[in-house]
Amino acid sequence: MIEFRLPSLGADMDQGTLLEWHVRPGDTVQKGDVIAVVDTTKAALDVECWHPGKVLDLLVQPGQTFPVGTLMARLLEAGEDAASIPPPRAEPGPRVAAQPTAGAPTSAAAPPPGPKALRHAVSPLARRRAAELGVALDSVTGSGPHGVVTLRDVEQASSKAGLPRDRSAEIRRTIAAAMSRSKREVPHYYLSDQVPLAAAAAWLRQSNEGRPVTERLLMAALYLRAVACTAVRHPAMNGFFVDGTFRPSAMVHIGMAISLRGGGLVAPGIHAVEQKSLTETMRALTDLVARARGARLRREELTEPTITLTNLGDNSVDAVHGIIYSPQVALVGFGKVSDRPWVVGGQVVPTATVMLTLAADHRVSDGHAGARFLAEIAERLQHPENL
Amino acid sequence: MSERLSYREATRQALREALQRDPRVFLMGEDVGRYGGSYAVSLGLLGEFGPERIRDTPLSELGFVGAGIGAALGGLRPIVEIMTVNFSLLALDQLVNTAAALRHMSGGQFHVPLVVRMATGAGRQLAAQHSHSLEGWYAHVPGLRVLAPATVADARGMLWPALQDPDPVLIFEHALLYNSEEPATTAAVEVDIRRAAIRRVGSDVTLIAYGGMLARTLVAAEQLAQDGIQAEVIDLRVLRPLDEATILDSVRRTHRAVLVDEEWRSGSFSAEVSARIMEQAFFDLDAPVQRVCGAEVPIPYAKHLEEAALPQSASIIAAVRSILSGRAT
Repeated sequence: MIEFRLPSLGADMDQGTLLEWHVRPGDTVQKGDVIAVVDTTKAALDVECWHPGKVLDLLVQPGQTFPVGTLMARLLEAGEDAASIPPPRAEPGPRVAAQPTAGAPTSAAAPPPGPKALRHAVSPLARRRAAELGVALDSVTGSGPHGVVTLRDVEQASSKAGLPRDRSAEIRRTIAAAMSRSKREVPHYYLSDQVPLAAAAAWLRQSNEGRPVTERLLMAALYLRAVACTAVRHPAMNGFFVDGTFRPSAMVHIGMAISLRGGGLVAPGIHAVEQKSLTETMRALTDLVARARGARLRREELTEPTITLTNLGDNSVDAVHGIIYSPQVALVGFGKVSDRPWVVGGQVVPTATVMLTLAADHRVSDGHAGARFLAEIAERLQHPENL
Repeated sequence: MSERLSYREATRQALREALQRDPRVFLMGEDVGRYGGSYAVSLGLLGEFGPERIRDTPLSELGFVGAGIGAALGGLRPIVEIMTVNFSLLALDQLVNTAAALRHMSGGQFHVPLVVRMATGAGRQLAAQHSHSLEGWYAHVPGLRVLAPATVADARGMLWPALQDPDPVLIFEHALLYNSEEPATTAAVEVDIRRAAIRRVGSDVTLIAYGGMLARTLVAAEQLAQDGIQAEVIDLRVLRPLDEATILDSVRRTHRAVLVDEEWRSGSFSAEVSARIMEQAFFDLDAPVQRVCGAEVPIPYAKHLEEAALPQSASIIAAVRSILSGRAT
């Protein structure tokens, strides 16, 4: 039997709300199929199942909120018979390492057999508190051992019920937590460089003339490719700093900072930009922006980016000095493209330029390395035909 | 380096001070005189106080406990030592039918100001006739006060208040504790023998232990703290009359209780404490009360089996986790 549990869809996710099932009992599932859509504080995410099987039963209903690790569904493996599977037991919340995991959530270490499979058990204290707060216990999901509803569950349910669910406030809180942690823990250093874009702009114009409207390229695609091709050669800018050590990434998954309607932003990733053509990069970017604004992102898009790119070019600012999205170690920023005085051969010439900036983690790299990284991005942007 | 005092020396010092302070006090029991006590508690006291006040007795618990009751009724303040709680069963009739009952049967005319000390508990490979923990049986009996000093300070500070009690007091000294040490203080601090002691303050769960189980419960609490679980540790130290207020107050704050008791689970003292919590703090509980007790076997001789039969820090930690596992830490 395959137990399908709510995966963690991001480092800061501890629970999710089921929006819809894409499968019904009896359906056959292939590895990688999206079987559910789960709402997190960031976005609605498609959740894939990584084992082929046949859906036996669905154990949570749309609208329910439950902790990471909760058993959501059970699937039969090939050759398994539904008759041989016992009915599901009430679930403990997240699995904890101290519990034996061999298919027996009732801990063997605990003295005598505890309450088994209590249907919606509520602790005496939680029941009393629910009455005081006017919380309907039917709607509360238990996070205690054996799925028991505890005081904490009731108080959380109460604080949620009091306010209508406010997505932008939740996104704000998520951003606040991530950015505060980064500013507190990551020693940032900042570099900037004025980069002429005349060649890139001219090449784009020319290239787009031969393309159908839907295939036209934006400057952002050039930025993505320039950053990706450069990051491959500068491992200290691309990867994760976790538990005191830096783990560079062989691939460059670029998180694209995308502002959301109604406020806030997400930085979902484009997978392996270093391996994509410019056209593929542009397609991926268009798709990503549309899905991010529709709040329909895939789980790995939020967890896998190895470096972030932020482009405030549309916002009439010269430069952006960003905060690194830890555990990443670098963030590349682009300001607006604008004609500025530029000295060419002793003459001041109006030239399209952009302010290219870098925020990087001083635990992993130094200013010198950062400067070489920026210089190479600038250089690549002078040869758009190679991107 | 500051001087340290062992539980054994503290008990001896308490005996010495009582013998010095009150001429009515005397000690009697098997081997307490010439041999110095089977756990060497009274070593040297015979030389200091003489055979009138440090009296060796025949191997007859029924006889010498009865003699102690008679002496108490006659105006003396006897301290009777019984070698282990297992042997005290021979004196059950004197303790339960006579010492505990006389005050009530005489309409308050006779008190029995008797103190009985005895070793209890396992952990020294003394097997099934010298290792049991039966203090819960005595805590069942009205008319007795039952003490279980778990610290050096309590070993030193409980005897004198016990001697001031007009009714019989039983003091259970866990045999594993005699060698434990604490920094020495100059004077005995008199212990309030009506109150339990909070040995560690915490907010997530209340661990309740006494006697020989206190130290390993505190070890468990420290390990839990490393995982962010703050355990409060209560040392019951008075098993009868039970200090319910301290227990209930703590459980009402932490909403969870784990009881640690070396006794066999069935009918153990922890069963009584658990029942009191259920009766009076049920609506403050966020999880079922858990018990970590001795295995239901006569204590084995083999070291590994004896250890397996007793509550250990690991089993205490497992019990705590079993009621906190769903909690994000």
